[in-house]
Amino acid sequence: MGLTARDQQLVAAIQGGLPLVSRPFAEIGARIGLSENETIERIQALLADGTIKRLGVVVRHHELGYRANAMTVWNIPDDQVDELGRRIGGVNFVTLCYRRPRHLPDWPYNLFSMIHGQNRAAVLHNIEHLIERCGLKAIQHEVLFSRQRFKQCGAHYIDAPPHQPVVARMHSPSEGQA
Amino acid sequence: MNTLEKRLLNDFQRNLPPSPTPFADMAGELGVTEEEVISGLRTLTERGVVSRVGPVFRPQRCGVSSLVAMTVPEARLEAVAELVNAFPGVNHNYEREHRLNLWFVVTANTQEHLQALLQHIEQQTGLAILPLPMQAEYHIDLGFPLQWD
Repeated sequence: MGLTARDQQLVAAIQGGLPLVSRPFAEIGARIGLSENETIERIQALLADGTIKRLGVVVRHHELGYRANAMTVWNIPDDQVDELGRRIGGVNFVTLCYRRPRHLPDWPYNLFSMIHGQNRAAVLHNIEHLIERCGLKAIQHEVLFSRQRFKQCGAHYIDAPPHQPVVARMHSPSEGQA
Repeated sequence: MNTLEKRLLNDFQRNLPPSPTPFADMAGELGVTEEEVISGLRTLTERGVVSRVGPVFRPQRCGVSSLVAMTVPEARLEAVAELVNAFPGVNHNYEREHRLNLWFVVTANTQEHLQALLQHIEQQTGLAILPLPMQAEYHIDLGFPLQWD
């Protein structure tokens, strides 16, 4: 997986969130035998190489009133999927954008994007906007609104070391939908 | 939601300063005290609006996973969803408006383990599954701009 044992310990120590104290990196470092400076340097390195996508306040959209989400799927010619995928994935209301295999003839779609909104109309409006902005008028697509949430528990990235309790945490819907 | 809470939620989704005192730095930007930032974030976490203050990892650096879709007869939907949820490594299980109406993610340590899990799910539910593993990721995670009424 490309992480050193020390970085795995660090990831396990921060994946559930930083302690909300004045010197959080000093506290994290103390748990795993790193100085505050070393902890910050390693986190910056993980940010730089993309292991950590972002460091910040992780909000739960559902709890904030963003009750609608639509998995919007596109049937994009193979030679355009990378280009259009990057374009769609760079739009700020798109929270996930992945290429996945088609299953012909039943499932022709090869690009998946997740679009959130406060309600159905807002989501549909965003999709119209996306079609305009990314030049998708000629692309076959379907919009799959969620109806019920049976489970939304994100998998932990790395198991915590044995001395730390593993706490199941609810993650925001923008995460982990691999 | 007060003004400070709105800004805590919106302004720091991807730019928590990785300095020794990130909350004091945020306080400086917001024109409040470090204590107000820390207690504000604690309150938002306790209310469940904030999942955590910390990292969002790039998916699939370790372990393997697949999105899975199934067509489940309406009458069996709750029962099948419950059955699927009982498998280890199943998360993000949603009913969606489509002929393929049940969508979830299965994660495992190895490809073999993942394939075995998918087979078990098919056997136990008696329903065909459509595995849709990620092949490429295009999303640049900039956080999510919030709108307030």
